[in-house]
Amino acid sequence: MALYSDKVMDHFQHPRNVGKIDDAPNVGIGEVGNAKCGDIMKMYLKVDDGVITDCKFNTFGCGSAIATSSMATELIKGKKLEEALELSNKAVVEALDGLPTHKIHCSVLAEEAVKAAVKNYYDKNGIEYDHEKFAETHNCDHCVE
Amino acid sequence: MFVYADNAATTSVSKTALDAMMPYLTTLYGNPSSLYSFAQKAKEALEEARQTVADIIGAQPKEIYFTSGGSEADNQAIVSMAKFGALKGKKHLISTKFEHHAVLHTLKQLEKQGFEVTLLDVHEDGVVRLEDVEAAIREDTALVTVMFANNEIGTVQPIKEIGALCRSKGIPFHTDAVQAAGHMPINVQEMNIDLLSMSGHKFHAPKGVGVLYAKKGMPLFNIIEGGAQERGKRAGTENIPGIVALAAALKESVDNMEANTAKIIPMRDKLFAELSKIPHSKINGSLEHHVPGTVNMCFEGIEGESLLLLLDSKGVCASSGSACTSGSLDPSHVLLAIGLPHEVAHGSLRLSIGEYNTMEEIDHIIEVVPGVVEYLRSISPVWEELENGKRKHLI
Repeated sequence: MALYSDKVMDHFQHPRNVGKIDDAPNVGIGEVGNAKCGDIMKMYLKVDDGVITDCKFNTFGCGSAIATSSMATELIKGKKLEEALELSNKAVVEALDGLPTHKIHCSVLAEEAVKAAVKNYYDKNGIEYDHEKFAETHNCDHCVE
Repeated sequence: MFVYADNAATTSVSKTALDAMMPYLTTLYGNPSSLYSFAQKAKEALEEARQTVADIIGAQPKEIYFTSGGSEADNQAIVSMAKFGALKGKKHLISTKFEHHAVLHTLKQLEKQGFEVTLLDVHEDGVVRLEDVEAAIREDTALVTVMFANNEIGTVQPIKEIGALCRSKGIPFHTDAVQAAGHMPINVQEMNIDLLSMSGHKFHAPKGVGVLYAKKGMPLFNIIEGGAQERGKRAGTENIPGIVALAAALKESVDNMEANTAKIIPMRDKLFAELSKIPHSKINGSLEHHVPGTVNMCFEGIEGESLLLLLDSKGVCASSGSACTSGSLDPSHVLLAIGLPHEVAHGSLRLSIGEYNTMEEIDHIIEVVPGVVEYLRSISPVWEELENGKRKHLI
């Protein structure tokens, strides 16, 4: 069996929504991960009337890091911010037809990248939010250092 | 185009090796421990193979033990010397930081059993210093084990000098020569080697067969208990087809070593020259002391696994020392040992060239690697920060 599902390979080799969105008041930008650990995801959301009208990403990382970023953007594009916040790493994994156990970490990063971008949008626009929804981000030993 | 550029991982079985082993898979399948003449033919082939290997490395046939591969040979050599040392109250072992895991994990296990292990630096050039070995030696040192050539970066160690030093101090010296055997001249007498490991599949024999050379007088303890095969030091019915193939492949590799090296070096040098043109790339390890075929480089701002997957899609088989390819959090211990920062080590690429490769294949690699690196950099937030000055270039 190959390391990755066809869907992971498809999203890795043909990632959707790669790129950046210029910073603006209605743009949320979130970055998670650490170069030391080998993966960084940067997520850009453009929000109009509470709806994500555009979404882009840049990722430094392995095949599954790129694929999970790509899938996460697909899953939240056109959704309301509240819906995007409900995106779980599990949903990303399922949408990709699974990930190897040691790559689940990448899907967690994707979920956190979305949340970080939403949080950035909220902060920028002075929108109140439930801080509990942005609990503890995933850390590894290096990030803690 | 399909290009196999991972010969340090494994090699194809040569026709010579396959032809040599075939009779022992088909018609001469007897168990060498059996008495009848049919089986004795297998026994003769075994002893002939032992003689061939011994002759090639300057050893006596009685000093050659066939194993399941390099890992088993490393395990047996190290555990034996540790146990033997302990009997005399010597419980200190010396090695280097960038050994193969077959060595490092064995040492770690021994550490848990009360041995003390000193792992020497290999410096930026990937070469251990003789004076560092000398400084580490103690009254209670039971073994020095230093690899002949590193499996990831290809740097060759001053084996002969370390061997001479150890001999002068009466300390057993082992070398893991898995990456060197068949590719570089090895003579255990001239190089003062007491124990040496090799693995057949790195020089066109099949997987699952290796050699432990142990100089006469080096006490071996069994890793595998059972029958009296291999002079009682390694139980289990001998892998005759594999052993015969190993001897044939080793002989073929050594007979053609000069021609192979002459063919490989220009290919390797072209890879180094062309891939070095990629901005913010770095060659890992000294080229002065180097096995012929190994090319290891880092490209800043990208991660190795995605690099390998994209190269795979373009027909190129290579490897990397990134954390993702090792399945752990940390990138290769070898790259960290030569002082590369984590973020740079993640972007490593190892291409290992053999005599079956062609210049057309090298040109294909040179054609595809820059584009793949450029693409991954174009989607990398790390590269973006390196370019806009928010992050400092490290290479």
